Amino acid sequence: MTSILEFILRLAVWLLLAPALPGIINKVKAWVAGRQGPPMGQLYYDLARLWKKSVVMSTLASPAFIIGPAVAWIAVLVAAMFLPLGPVGGAPGFHGDVLLFIYLLAVARFCTTWAAMETGSAFEGMGSAREVSYAVLSEAALMTAVLSLGVQSGSVTLNEMLATSAGAGAVLLAAGLFTVLLAENSRVPFDDPNTHLELTMIHEAMVLDHSGPPLAVILHGASMKLMLFAVLLAEAVLPLGNMQPLMATFALIGAVLAVTIGVGLVESLLARFAFRRAPLLLTTAFLFCVFALLIAWKGGAA
Amino acid sequence: MSRSSPFALLGNATSISWIEVPEWPAAELVRRTGAELDRGARLCAWFGVPDGDGTRLVAVIAFDADNTLAVARSTPTNGAYPSLTVTHPQAHLFEREVWEQHALTPVGHPWLKPVRKTAGDAPANGDFFRVDGGEIHEVAVGPVHAGIIEPGHFRFQCAGEEVLHLEIALGYQHRGIEHALTGGPHRVTANQMEAVSGDATIGHATAHAAVMEALAGTEAPLRAQWLRAIALELERLANHTGDLGALANDVAFLPTASACGKIRGDFLNLTALLCGNRFGRTLVRPGGCRHDLEPARLARLSEQLNVALRDVERACAWLWDAASVRARFENTGTVFTQQASDLGMVGPVARACGLVRDVRYDHPSGWYRLAQTPVAVWPDGDVFARARVRWLEVQRSGEFLQQQLAAAVDGGIREELPASAPDMLAVALVEGWRGEICHVALTDASGRFRRYKIVDPSFHNWIGLTLALRGQAISDFPVCNKSFSLSYCGFDL
Repeated sequence: MTSILEFILRLAVWLLLAPALPGIINKVKAWVAGRQGPPMGQLYYDLARLWKKSVVMSTLASPAFIIGPAVAWIAVLVAAMFLPLGPVGGAPGFHGDVLLFIYLLAVARFCTTWAAMETGSAFEGMGSAREVSYAVLSEAALMTAVLSLGVQSGSVTLNEMLATSAGAGAVLLAAGLFTVLLAENSRVPFDDPNTHLELTMIHEAMVLDHSGPPLAVILHGASMKLMLFAVLLAEAVLPLGNMQPLMATFALIGAVLAVTIGVGLVESLLARFAFRRAPLLLTTAFLFCVFALLIAWKGGAA
Repeated sequence: MSRSSPFALLGNATSISWIEVPEWPAAELVRRTGAELDRGARLCAWFGVPDGDGTRLVAVIAFDADNTLAVARSTPTNGAYPSLTVTHPQAHLFEREVWEQHALTPVGHPWLKPVRKTAGDAPANGDFFRVDGGEIHEVAVGPVHAGIIEPGHFRFQCAGEEVLHLEIALGYQHRGIEHALTGGPHRVTANQMEAVSGDATIGHATAHAAVMEALAGTEAPLRAQWLRAIALELERLANHTGDLGALANDVAFLPTASACGKIRGDFLNLTALLCGNRFGRTLVRPGGCRHDLEPARLARLSEQLNVALRDVERACAWLWDAASVRARFENTGTVFTQQASDLGMVGPVARACGLVRDVRYDHPSGWYRLAQTPVAVWPDGDVFARARVRWLEVQRSGEFLQQQLAAAVDGGIREELPASAPDMLAVALVEGWRGEICHVALTDASGRFRRYKIVDPSFHNWIGLTLALRGQAISDFPVCNKSFSLSYCGFDL
């Protein structure tokens, strides 16, 4: 009984809290720019509005145009459910669930890209090509980060891997994962979530032709993905397993907020990179994770 | 140098009797115009004037170093003439326009297609240049864009992210302004001139007023000229500030983007303080200005100007200090000096390629004969250079305004304009914020307009944008486009 209740609570956290994060980022950006900015709950309003709208569909697109975003949303949600929410919200993990976690994210990407290519628009084709090119590098960094956590904790179950801290390599891992977070969630300096210029978009270009409820699902999925990476980053770095449950919960909330505000500050103070320079930054993120792995592997022995 | 020119010489904002304009067969006009361009002249306008069964070609060229303009015309011509574009690419769009308007074919023109003629509800775009190959993909952008901007169609030929070729098709806002002027000036003419390109209201209105005054053989009162100069520089400040902010926005650099959007409004409000309209509508009229600047408002304007200039200085300092912005601006969208010169580019865009050309300096008229401002030049030809020239001009226009506001002249601001002289040709160049605005008017026997030609700086510069994109990443198009910041409606007329 408690486990069902806990499951529903965890589901509610992911579904209901995720759309708040983009609101926080936008507030930070507005604050730095000296503007009032949109209300914190803007994304909730947008989702409600989009949900009531009808779907405009290209005559050329197959049902995958709708199915893609739906599957991607489910994949992200399931991946999120594998993440523990601190010690109080331990996930029902199993041995090796971390691999499923990574592949679920890949499935989500595949489905978004597939749906994007359905309309045959040049913009969406370009956006998809860019998304997948970046993914090659960011997935490598993510894999390495997870590997380093596995070595550090001696486990391949997310619950256990994230309970301990990342050890001496925590700073490196944090830097690497934060960069991956920016790239995976199409934030500055990799992408500009505010731009209306199709030619410069990555993620936005892929969803240009979506409308109504499918667009709402895509936007909600994107906010969940942002929260997923923020939680992953916080738990990878903080030794939540060694804290009092209440302390750990507050530490997690604080860390996720700090990451979100950090994203807002980066976006406020940094110009976006040119495309040809972005791989350099992602490679750097990968190297951070590699060194974190080396420290986890050899550092303890030394 | 211009002394020995076979062309008829005249100064900026002056007129010449139509009969005194030298007349040669079309082929000879092309040859001689080419020879003058080779000697360093620049093509300001090239258009047709219907005459009997045929069309006379008229060439207006500028000798920048000699502060002189020159005109010549052809005998009435039909059918075809040898293209000037073959040897002098700066004539390419002018010849396409003449071909479209008067059915005179420039033989040998490499890319003869409509400029703004409509077919049905949309412009007749003609065929686009295509690159073949399995790896090549074509991207079509517009005419409806995502932002609140004007309509235009952009066709990219790309290999992956790299742009091999860009072709721009405009004409979506063709309103027939030049055509409407034939037989004018009409009651609405002054208002129409302000709407040629709404963000350059003062520039176009001043050029039109100068043409009218030249045709009437008079000049606006000195105080009106002073007011026009102040309004023109305020227009430059507002638009350059807005563009610097928009450039920052295009690379997602928020601090400058947010601040400049607000400061642009401050400068526009100064124009509103001057005449009641943020874009300077109804201020400039042939014969003078309609609104005076009394001492009390002058003091307020000075005070608010200083505040806005201080703000813009701070906002732009963030832009220049950010390494991430510099990385995006430098070596992006480079136009080489030779290209800019061959294509006859004008304005800040040309000055960013190291070309020293500024009507305020080369062909001063109005108040600029009495008060000058240095020409802002930057050598590199990339987005950074174009941003930098805008910033230099913001500073210099600011200084100019501060000095001139303190040097007001007394007197009236408007005089009744005598009737235009018959059979006269008048030329006026004004350095608008985008560059050289050229208005040419030819009167008939009764002093009405027989032909009125408007050349917006965008007409010279759009081709520069296509060259800037060669070999660039397609994702850099928006920032390149913004760095040119050209007018669609000024081109479409």
